[in-house]
Amino acid sequence: MKFVDEFRDAEVVHKAAGEIRRLADPARHYRIMEICGGHTHAIYRFGLKDILPESIEFIHGPGCPICVLPMGRIDDGLSLAEDLNVIFAAFGDVMRVPGTRGSLLQHRARGMDVRIVYSPSDALTLAHANPDRHVMFFAIGFETTAPSTALTLMRAKAEGIRNFSVFCNHVTIMPAVQAILDSADVQLDAFIGPGHVSTVIGCQAYEWIAKHKSKPVVISGFEPLDILESVVMILRQLNDGEAKVENQYKRAVPWEGNRTALQVMAEVFELRPDFEWRGIGLISQSALRIRDSYAAWDAERRFHIPGLRVTDPKAAQCGEVLKGVLKPVQCKLFGQECTPEHPLGALMVSSEGACAACYSYEHRKAMVSIPSQSA
Amino acid sequence: MLQLRTPKGDGEHSEPVGLKSEARDSSPSFAVLLRDPQIEMAHGAGGTATRRLVEGLFAPLLLHSPSEPLADAAHVAVNGTRIAVTTDSFVVSPLCFPGGSIGELAINGTINDLAVAGARPEAIVVTFVLEAGLATKILEAEVRAMAEAARRAGVQIVGGDTKVVEHGKADQMYVTTTGIGSPLPGVTIDPRLVQVGDKVLLSGCMGDHGITILLARGELDIQADLRSDTRSVFPLVDAMVRAAGPGIRWMRDPTRGGVATSLNELARDCSLGIHLFEPALPVRDAVRGACELLGLDPLHIANEGQFLAVVASKYAERALNALHQTPGGEEARVIGEIHEQPAAAVLVTTPYGGSRVVDMLVGDPLPRIC
Repeated sequence: MKFVDEFRDAEVVHKAAGEIRRLADPARHYRIMEICGGHTHAIYRFGLKDILPESIEFIHGPGCPICVLPMGRIDDGLSLAEDLNVIFAAFGDVMRVPGTRGSLLQHRARGMDVRIVYSPSDALTLAHANPDRHVMFFAIGFETTAPSTALTLMRAKAEGIRNFSVFCNHVTIMPAVQAILDSADVQLDAFIGPGHVSTVIGCQAYEWIAKHKSKPVVISGFEPLDILESVVMILRQLNDGEAKVENQYKRAVPWEGNRTALQVMAEVFELRPDFEWRGIGLISQSALRIRDSYAAWDAERRFHIPGLRVTDPKAAQCGEVLKGVLKPVQCKLFGQECTPEHPLGALMVSSEGACAACYSYEHRKAMVSIPSQSA
Repeated sequence: MLQLRTPKGDGEHSEPVGLKSEARDSSPSFAVLLRDPQIEMAHGAGGTATRRLVEGLFAPLLLHSPSEPLADAAHVAVNGTRIAVTTDSFVVSPLCFPGGSIGELAINGTINDLAVAGARPEAIVVTFVLEAGLATKILEAEVRAMAEAARRAGVQIVGGDTKVVEHGKADQMYVTTTGIGSPLPGVTIDPRLVQVGDKVLLSGCMGDHGITILLARGELDIQADLRSDTRSVFPLVDAMVRAAGPGIRWMRDPTRGGVATSLNELARDCSLGIHLFEPALPVRDAVRGACELLGLDPLHIANEGQFLAVVASKYAERALNALHQTPGGEEARVIGEIHEQPAAAVLVTTPYGGSRVVDMLVGDPLPRIC
């Protein structure tokens, strides 16, 4: 399969792993944060930790939009969908996220009209097809998915479609990275930059990390070879005492980003004063809301939204895991009360969440192969 | 439907095991462990929730020996003659999809449950639950598909039942089939016979059916040249049993929840580790592509015309040759091996020497976008 197989070639992967072993100073410990949940998932899925030296440690970052969505927003969205005239449309990713009274899937089983869509424009198509009902799209994601929501809103406005609205939960990646870097208990050497987000925001958006925080950033693709090559690039920078932004994912990410996508986002969205991140708390100017000129399609303004704040269980240590202070298995609830089937904390919800990836792909393996560490 | 295997050759009685009054009185009472407050879609998805429902409610209250491993068909002795019994319901949307339809699926599914329990399918009874307003020509097409599938497999349809429910109380039509079969001589299927060093065989490519259905629903704007793999696997099972019967320890058709879920059940039942070698897993490019795009694992996708077998190492080549020489078995492969560790888990080793655990499916496979 083109664009996949050449980046999974076993021989080349072994060569790259060999280069990493050669570059990694055994006396040193390298703490590399992969910001994006897609990278976390790939690192576990391809068993990459098994082939790298122990001195390389991956810290899983905040870049999983499902994981950072607070429970109150799910409850708010569901409160609208209780109206029988509403069709609740969302990505498949959101379906299992638990609200206080269950997930979207559970609400669908109880009779609520919840539809899985593959893109926001599919939700608009639903509105066309159901002129007597209201279609609400529960928008989620970083800068990766925000432009397609913006384009859909522009289309709805241009076509004058009134039975359609968006409940906007789009967030932006940089304030979360800033919050983590500002946190006193976090120690990181370098970042693997998010591939999909960067197709929109470009590489230059990360230059402040290199310049002011003196940490290398390498924007990376999602195949095993992409990630390994990015680690090689990071180690070379660290060994040379450098800190710069580099682009490993040149086949998809332009240095300056995607101007058209940024323009449509700016046309439709503005920054919220603050937004709650599950596991981290309120971060100022970290999320998008719909501009006044599109208020007629903004579910938050068209309908009464309770604006619920729901706190996670006290024992859950999602914040510490999100910032990389704790490993997933070090959380008291991990694998006990909190599992992918019954997620209590944010990171166990999506398959890209650090805890879910660790539980699904490694947890039991670790328990049997190194029993002394599981105690 | 997972059913309970009853102990083999346990006397002569004509009722299904567990319904004899003396047997019920003398059997210890088993606790109901299901704590879920209501039935969710996940309870029907074939993964962990289904298992919790069957083991936590149905088995303790309904079955004669709830602690026995679950199998695809039950073996019952009737006046000294052993027969295999199985039942399965089909609720599929859309009714027709590339490569098959609900009628064909209902017959092949029951044939396959009997086949992988080591039995030759003999007769099937059919129950229809029909929604008022269903077009007769749709029903007729499905009945014809059933007749054709039964004819092809040499199985008789010997009776049935019909119920009609109000419009809106069902989705067009549901079909339930119950089949009986005669155990094939020279083979015993039991997960507790599985040993370290045994080989895991898969009869062909995985995921064709599940991805075909996902795309046929039209919710995702993806097109692929794919067909459901629905078919009877009995000719393949029969050929393998003739060639390697004494070496065959376990079989299962990996329907809902896919290969990963079936193998996780086996791993739990035999308390051994199952190692799969990723490059050996047979997946068509169209299925792989769709899975990459949607964030799904082919190991979790449903199949309707494949089966898994665990075969003693020294019989593995014979079993594989028999499959390769039977029409439809050309793509069969050894996909893995039984190890001591990790106990009760399935491990996939990557071509790079790394590994990952593959768990049962939690709920339905959902496309991942953001």
